[in-house]
Amino acid sequence: MTTHSEITRSGLWSNNVALVQLLGLCPLLAVTSTVVNGLGLGIATLITLVLSNTSVSLIRDLVRKEVRLPVFVLIIASVVTIIELGMKALFYDLYLVLGIFIPLIVTNCAIIGRAEGFASRNPVGPAALDGLMMGVGFLAVLVLLGALREIIGFGTLFANAELMFGEGARGLTIAINPDYPGFLLAILPPGAFFGLAILIVIKNWFDLRPATRPAGIPAAAESA
Amino acid sequence: MRATYRRQILLSGLFLLLFAVVGTALVALTEFANRDAIAANERRVLLRNLYALLPASEHDNDLAEDTIRLPPAPLLGTEGASTAYRARLSGEPVAVIFNSIAPDGYSGRIHLLVGVYVDGSVAGVRVVKHAETPGLGDAIEVRKSPWIRGFDGKSLQKPQLEDWAVTRDGGEFDQLTGATITPRAVVNAVRDTLLYYRRNADMLFQMKATS
Repeated sequence: MTTHSEITRSGLWSNNVALVQLLGLCPLLAVTSTVVNGLGLGIATLITLVLSNTSVSLIRDLVRKEVRLPVFVLIIASVVTIIELGMKALFYDLYLVLGIFIPLIVTNCAIIGRAEGFASRNPVGPAALDGLMMGVGFLAVLVLLGALREIIGFGTLFANAELMFGEGARGLTIAINPDYPGFLLAILPPGAFFGLAILIVIKNWFDLRPATRPAGIPAAAESA
Repeated sequence: MRATYRRQILLSGLFLLLFAVVGTALVALTEFANRDAIAANERRVLLRNLYALLPASEHDNDLAEDTIRLPPAPLLGTEGASTAYRARLSGEPVAVIFNSIAPDGYSGRIHLLVGVYVDGSVAGVRVVKHAETPGLGDAIEVRKSPWIRGFDGKSLQKPQLEDWAVTRDGGEFDQLTGATITPRAVVNAVRDTLLYYRRNADMLFQMKATS
């Protein structure tokens, strides 16, 4: 039985969706041109992961194993559509911002990956936690990659934050260098590949560097 | 043995059917429960967009009431009937706002509202719906970039018809950083809407309003 701290560590670090499993690259590479976009997709994916993991776990004993994948696909598609409809009805302005990301979630194989790999074999609690932690891990990479590309590509940080957090957040936008000419490559899809590669290198370097910490401190501390 | 297999397959199929029905029912139920709220939200945003194109001081009628249904028109990019909104001041025509579609965006159609004054100049353009690349092509949205305001006041004489193109194609309109196809589609759609207006100007204000 996996413990809560193991699930947390696995989602955030050791089995990170984007950096280790390399899943969900299609939406990841497509929208991480700014921090705000990354955050938008991250939140939408996080909610979907928690809900789909929970529903899959709830029906895990009922489902016949020959048809489990189509059933998971059905569940995920229903969950995503319901989220989209709910947002349209309740948070229309947020929908106008995040709406473009919702169809992208369906292309994220991390969601069915977690349904099949974890939720279908574990009780509801751990399954929901796994969805949450995998989602947070994915979100963190999206935001980091968005920040990296936005700084290099546009020379700003948190541009358009007011779209997501309301007018009060307009002041969040930081122009690092107002005369920055921009660097198109970072914004275009190749920039996403380079950026992701850099993040993976950093993570692996961190994991592989000679153990400097005194023995006895659990590796979980790393993920803090 | 064969009978067992058949039974297994049948059971699995039924199980799948059950989930398809439950899933579809849940989605349909959500849609049904939220339909009115969604329609109200869409109308609110539509009105906001209409009033952003034509300030309230320039007309005194209800834009959402004085509408006409236009037949499908290639110049508007419409394949079905579309709605146009008429603005009047003391009964005199001021402007028409068209629902135009740029069919050739980078990711499919770009739905636009194009306001045209009676003299054939652009009152304003807003993007209503699109699926362009976030961070690149989506700068056609007014809240992400002022680019779309570049159309204000333009007409088929200003610039000349052949200059209605992005700079890369030798025209007058800037492209966006990292995106040429998206602005090209929008420029073409706005130009075609103006052409449509020029050909149909007389008819537009005589048509009976639909309600």
